[in-house]
Amino acid sequence: MTTFGWPEALFLFRAAGWTLLLTAIAFLIGGLLGGVLAIMRLSRIRIVRRIAATYILVIQSIPVLMVLFMSYYGLSLFGVELPPFLAASASLAIYVSAYLAEIWRGSIESVPFQQWEASASLAHSPAQTYRHVILPQAVRISLPPTVGFLVQLVKNTSIVSVVGFVELARAGQLVNNATFDSFRVFGLVALIYFAICFPLSRLSRHLEKVMNASRPH
Amino acid sequence: MPAVLIEDVHKSYGKLEVLKGVSLSVETGQVVALIGRSGSGKSTMLRCINGLEAFQSGRIEVAGHVVDQDPKHLRALRKDVGIVFQSYNLFPHLTVGQNIMLSPRITKNVPQAEALALAKDVLAQVGLSDKFDSYPDNLSGGQQQRVAIARSLAMQPKVMLFDEVTSALDPELTGEVLLVMEKLAKGGMTMILVTHEMSFARNVANTTVFMHQGKIWEQGPSKQLFAAPQTPELQGFVKAGAQD
Repeated sequence: MTTFGWPEALFLFRAAGWTLLLTAIAFLIGGLLGGVLAIMRLSRIRIVRRIAATYILVIQSIPVLMVLFMSYYGLSLFGVELPPFLAASASLAIYVSAYLAEIWRGSIESVPFQQWEASASLAHSPAQTYRHVILPQAVRISLPPTVGFLVQLVKNTSIVSVVGFVELARAGQLVNNATFDSFRVFGLVALIYFAICFPLSRLSRHLEKVMNASRPH
Repeated sequence: MPAVLIEDVHKSYGKLEVLKGVSLSVETGQVVALIGRSGSGKSTMLRCINGLEAFQSGRIEVAGHVVDQDPKHLRALRKDVGIVFQSYNLFPHLTVGQNIMLSPRITKNVPQAEALALAKDVLAQVGLSDKFDSYPDNLSGGQQQRVAIARSLAMQPKVMLFDEVTSALDPELTGEVLLVMEKLAKGGMTMILVTHEMSFARNVANTTVFMHQGKIWEQGPSKQLFAAPQTPELQGFVKAGAQD
């Protein structure tokens, strides 16, 4: 049995790096996909709307864990072996895309309908209306809930430890198994999560205040 | 050829028929006021002219464009037909200058320098040259509406539509907007306006059209129409207006 010292602590910090990387990749890829889905949800073409709505409904209705199992164990049944990091990022990106799509759809819809009318009346195409009129306003509206969701994502990355990927939570388990110093190990793990999430939560609240102050109606 | 030609336009929302065969012709340089009670179809009629509302039958031709719901046709039409709304609908994330320059830049590829000169020109026309860098939220309602008129003017439209543009304004702010519109009218702009400002209709509009129950009930030269309304409905309407 080893004792909990600097090497173990460093191991946890490195694992926290993986948590951050996983969060960043899932957020970026999920964000891109989510943006496309949000626009699809608002399409004038019914079948496009349906496809996006179905995807979002299905993903939101099953635990991320199942998506992860399917992409890691499920695909391996068919001979496709995804490395844990890839399976983890892909699963989280899928999860992120469904939630961000809904947050962003709501943000786009909360831009007053008259803005669409005014834009169309100035001979803007739908793409120009999105780019110059709707999205700049929707992005401002969406910032606080998006950052809020990012906090959830940081914590939810811990779920990928089940496929053997060593991020912060999994690293904590490993160190604990070697040292049995649960209190200090998980205390430090919790502290690291807190150090990442707390500033983000504050940022989300700050953005909410700023956005409300600058938009009186 | 008239600037706006409306022939037997019918429109319904489901079973509710709101326009029951409206025909109207507006010559270039004319100012026409549409008046009538709420629900008489006047705003709907106005919105049909730039394709914001689709209609089931009849025909509208405006500034040489036949109005239908083809997106390409609509964009071409709207380069020539401006509309100003009751709720201003300025883009809140853009400054006054950016609000005005956006559409000429992206729909007509007007170069930046030219768009800037154009924006300053139309802003001067509405008397707000000093507000170029302000955001809409920092302007009064009357100023916002004047910017909305300037934004429309920057597209150099052949016809301008005004949909109850002073209805959301305090009486003291209404005057400054009406003054800008009067100047436009005198400058020869073809204008169709839905309005509750009876004195403005009487004094500025060449023709006033009274709509009732989805039809043009009565129309004529404004002064004559207000001085001697023929139908009991218009007589009642004018009388009620005079008591305000």
